[in-house]
Amino acid sequence: MTQTTMDRAAKATPVRVARRIRGLSDRAIAWIFVAPTIFLLLAINIFPLIWTIRLSFTNYKANRAGREIKEIGLRNYERILTDSDIWLNMQATAHFLVWTIVLQVLIGFTLAWLINRKFKGNDLWTTIIVLPMMLSPAVVGNFWKFLYQPQIGLFNYIVAFFTGREPSSFEMLGSVELAPWAIVIVDTWMWTPFVMLICLAGLRSIPDYIYEAAEIDRASPIRQFFTITIPMVLPFLMLAVLFRGIENFKMFDLVVQLTGGGPGSTTELTSINLKREAFEKWRTGYASAYAIILFVTVFGLASIYVKALNRVKER
Amino acid sequence: MSKPSNDPNMMSTLRQEDTAPAAKSWKRFFLRGPWEMLATIIIALGVVMLMQPYVMWAYTYSFITTLVGTVMFIIVSHFPEEV
Repeated sequence: MTQTTMDRAAKATPVRVARRIRGLSDRAIAWIFVAPTIFLLLAINIFPLIWTIRLSFTNYKANRAGREIKEIGLRNYERILTDSDIWLNMQATAHFLVWTIVLQVLIGFTLAWLINRKFKGNDLWTTIIVLPMMLSPAVVGNFWKFLYQPQIGLFNYIVAFFTGREPSSFEMLGSVELAPWAIVIVDTWMWTPFVMLICLAGLRSIPDYIYEAAEIDRASPIRQFFTITIPMVLPFLMLAVLFRGIENFKMFDLVVQLTGGGPGSTTELTSINLKREAFEKWRTGYASAYAIILFVTVFGLASIYVKALNRVKER
Repeated sequence: MSKPSNDPNMMSTLRQEDTAPAAKSWKRFFLRGPWEMLATIIIALGVVMLMQPYVMWAYTYSFITTLVGTVMFIIVSHFPEEV
């Protein structure tokens, strides 16, 4: 008689365990399997979140654990939302967010459109383009620091070649005007391939017969692009925008490696500022309120992201 | 002359038919699509208010706007999609 996998598994189960399991319902067994995950989720995600919300209403300082914790109501939120310095950090984040998204979508879509046309070496080019995305942000930050060096940096030499200026006449990371653009350029270089891949998936999902029908109707290539390609890729583009928006709102590692938030606080994004409040100034209660504000914003954006994702799935 | 029917089943059917359009209109009012769209607009407005460089009061009230939008989104995502 042939034995099934289930028979073999039943035989391999120790008698005492088998006897105990036999007395349980399917629902109970399912709970036993799911319980460790739920426990970890509660311990690692939900409990810290609830604790952070609680701390955001206090004056708690983590480096003075023995001090009495005072309930101060909404004062932390009030301070943050009326602080002009934090408002400036939000604006720096907005500058970073808007420009990285605009550039990544434009370049990413163009690259996807070019790659989608069948030509020799298509796969090789795709691999080369995707490479920056696979590197660690710490590595990218470090080598772009070298590229931005005014004396020996390749970037300065390329700009000097096209503009006729001295390579050492400008400093990308040290200048108040140029530093915000320096981080935009690096993030665009690193994450454009990601947008390109999403757009490529969108372009490849358009059936050929739609273009064939358009050609029969004598629609010009420009007309086809604006009435078929763009509307069909739009949900994918939206997905890429939201995904990069959420990611860049939390951007930390790349910018810390490149500028450390400087010069001054020109490139101090909210996540960097939050880290300073929490672990340099040790204003834990205040930083908790700050974290909750950022969390609600990201959660709101994530809700829109899920909605857009569902719409793409429906297609 | 015909007598009015006293059949309880028929009466309940008639009553249901009377109330059905009203219930339907309420259900139609609580459809997910438009409410979700409104919540999305409120969230987006909150994010824009948080990051705009022009007026401080918009920044001050951005958090409450985003919070309202997000809570609303969570609630309305449980509304039915169709009547």
